[in-house]
Amino acid sequence: MNLDARVPAGPLAEKWERARFEYQLVNPANKRKYSVIMVGSGLAGAGGAAALAELGYEVACFCYQDSPRRAHSIAAQGGINAAKNYRNDGDSIWRLFYDTVKGGDFRAREANVHRLAEISVEIIDQCVALGVPFAREYGGLLDNRSFGGAQVSRTFYARGQTGQQLLLGAYQALERQIGAGTVRMFARHEMLELIVIDGRARGIVVRDMVTGEIETHFADAVCLATGGYGNVFYLATYAKGCNTTAIWRAYKQGAGFGNPCYTQIHPTCIPVTGEHQSKLTLMSESLRNDGRVWVPKLPGDQRSANQIPEAERDYFLERMYPSYGNLAPRDIASRAAKRVCDEGRGVGPSGYGVFLDFTEAIGRLGEDAVREKYGNLFEMYERITDEDPYKVPMRIYPASHYTMGGLWVDYDLMSSIPGLFVLGEANFSDHGANRLGASALMQGLADGYFVIPYTVGNYLAGVKPGAPAADHPGVRAAVAAVEERLRRLLSVKGKRTPTSFHRELGKIMWEYCGMARNRAGLEAALRKVPALREEFWQNLTVTGENGELNQQLELAGRVADFLELGELICRDALAREESCGGHFREEYQSEDGEAKRDDQRFCHAAVWEYQGEGRTPLRNIEPLTFENVHLATRSYK
Amino acid sequence: MNLTLHVWRQKNARAAGTFVTYRAADISPDMSFLEMLDVVNEGLVAQGEDPIAFDHDCREGICGACGMMVNGEPHGPRRRTTTCQLHMRSFRDGQELWLEPWRAKAFPVIRDLIVDRSAFDRIIAAGGFISAPIGSAPDGNAIPVRKENADLAMDAAACIGCGACVAACPNASASLFVAAKITHLGMLPQGQPERHERALKMIAQMDAERFGSCTNHEECEAACPKGIPAAFIGRMNADYVTASFTKGRRVAQLGDSAGG
Repeated sequence: MNLDARVPAGPLAEKWERARFEYQLVNPANKRKYSVIMVGSGLAGAGGAAALAELGYEVACFCYQDSPRRAHSIAAQGGINAAKNYRNDGDSIWRLFYDTVKGGDFRAREANVHRLAEISVEIIDQCVALGVPFAREYGGLLDNRSFGGAQVSRTFYARGQTGQQLLLGAYQALERQIGAGTVRMFARHEMLELIVIDGRARGIVVRDMVTGEIETHFADAVCLATGGYGNVFYLATYAKGCNTTAIWRAYKQGAGFGNPCYTQIHPTCIPVTGEHQSKLTLMSESLRNDGRVWVPKLPGDQRSANQIPEAERDYFLERMYPSYGNLAPRDIASRAAKRVCDEGRGVGPSGYGVFLDFTEAIGRLGEDAVREKYGNLFEMYERITDEDPYKVPMRIYPASHYTMGGLWVDYDLMSSIPGLFVLGEANFSDHGANRLGASALMQGLADGYFVIPYTVGNYLAGVKPGAPAADHPGVRAAVAAVEERLRRLLSVKGKRTPTSFHRELGKIMWEYCGMARNRAGLEAALRKVPALREEFWQNLTVTGENGELNQQLELAGRVADFLELGELICRDALAREESCGGHFREEYQSEDGEAKRDDQRFCHAAVWEYQGEGRTPLRNIEPLTFENVHLATRSYK
Repeated sequence: MNLTLHVWRQKNARAAGTFVTYRAADISPDMSFLEMLDVVNEGLVAQGEDPIAFDHDCREGICGACGMMVNGEPHGPRRRTTTCQLHMRSFRDGQELWLEPWRAKAFPVIRDLIVDRSAFDRIIAAGGFISAPIGSAPDGNAIPVRKENADLAMDAAACIGCGACVAACPNASASLFVAAKITHLGMLPQGQPERHERALKMIAQMDAERFGSCTNHEECEAACPKGIPAAFIGRMNADYVTASFTKGRRVAQLGDSAGG
């Protein structure tokens, strides 16, 4: 597998400018002859589709939801980073770059991260121009707040609904193009196969989710902006529909899958209440600006929070990481919470929870100020738990929230299949082994608004426009594969529902490949997941038929892919014999329980190459070189 | 808890629909309303019956995908709460619940509790945006925005496009949805150049989609899970009236009049 990242030469800070100059351009009059498919309509997808259409390309955009406005970017709460240095507190592009590389535990590609930091400032400008109602100060200028893993205040926000507002900005830009006829929108359409002809991505096979009709769509380039795969854990902060199918199909068609084991477990989510639980809800990291995380000092302490005196509380993040305190990065905060709960000091009915306490902030700032900053989050918490966080501390526990891994891409965001581009969370590129808060929105919009328009153009300039013949054997094979898979799912006629398999897979993944992993556990998971997959294909039940709106069939197809991906995640976690970021191997830790990297053996991205059904995939590597940031032990103490 | 559900079942847009009665047994008060339906559906699937189809996605009250009438109220009995955020503790043991899809001409039923809300997208496509091509923006702090205006814009922008306002309205009007977008963009200096055209185009599209007109019942505000005030409809009407008088002529609009 060719893993040449094609990073432009020259000093780091000049690479992007140089690339943009060296990219070939498509003549404005010729752009309309080229077509681009965009799968997904979140920040990266909607932003990219709108930007490409504005340039003059013919764009078709697909999403499984009933409207592009519902993509899960909408649920991001806290904010978006940008190196504006409006606070005069020492921020810079270089610092954002440095923080992101360090936050990712030195497992990301330097050049991509620097480009991200450069673009961050343009994103804010663009969003303001599109009407995003960011929080402002009384002087009329933009407000900022702090986020984990940074000591400067560079996060822009719109109450606790930043993702919603950024997405609506991108959605409205997209709708403008749809209204103008430059983007054709296909909502309630799910991509089920990638069409590759003569080694190039040339189209997709989709299922119309209302009629069940199988359709083919062709283009000169295909972009996947289909988000992350964290629903492999079943319980996650993702939307219920988020899935791996699009990128999994691409992987099986030859796209390399980078670092699947880099999954992010977010520290502040509302704890599980019972077996019926269908998803977990995040409480924004921004709450850690003012909320203090603690557990009782004594194991098994059953008193309510208000009865536990100050001296008997352990503010463990402040104790363990005095310089970052409650704003320690996510992977570190999550593991710390797990550790205190494993010691028997967890709170709540299950014992898997820690307090996030606003008493001090309410005393210092007043309840109104806290309400202004976090009101909607407090309300959401109260809806779910029936407890008032103004009076009793929130209870939180880590949950699956983001996946840093994804399809491998080069500097141009092109996968190892020519003509297949991957944007946003779906790719592996910018966050290394751990993503810092407020960086996902930044990456989604950077990729969509500002990277893809250049890099896709460069690719298109080198190919002839035009669709392949509809009866090309490659097209027929892709359609036949989709139809066969749907037929199989419907014909098992066993006893267990897709959800029951998904829930069981999630338990295996959480137990053996969650916040802490070890060889024995991963080996066990590598036996359990394939066994569950085998049972799936023998004992699945799917009601109804293909030719109708059939949510069970949709679900079954997604679970089938998760059952394959789960195995690859465990395989990757087993092969990476070090701890870094969100990937914590218990065998590789320092005496005080911190992650221990092995830069000698693992300073690389692992890129998995599909070898065919039933065969072990091949582990390729892209070496990572750090010329501008020195490899160091990540410390937030 | 045990409940009796009367659920609207309709195979597709062309088929006739009817209420079918189900039992929801052993329901925990900590379950969300949709988790209760998950339990009922898992039971139906186990018996080989078609589960109840309903739209849902984020399940944290922000994507706007979910929504159904629960005993005649959009999103159910709890104020400012989407169906996914409604919990079973809001109901009592033994209660009977009637579940229906949104009822509006402009929202045809697709299956069971799922309706087609693409009319909302077309209204946005008609004018619910600011034309600011990617790459064309000045610095984010170049144009200060009064905090009060930014806050009011945010209040309006909080709309999740779920359609509850339409379902609640005796006229099935989309006025609150349209007014929220017009207010959001109209409160910001960036939204001024297209302000009048936006009102004309969005309202024309709303009419073309066969939504009804507003006759000030304000049921929409009561049903809105995001608490968008019906007063915004007044702002929409003001923009529309002004735009109608100045049609075809561009009127100078000072930045300071944003939200005036």
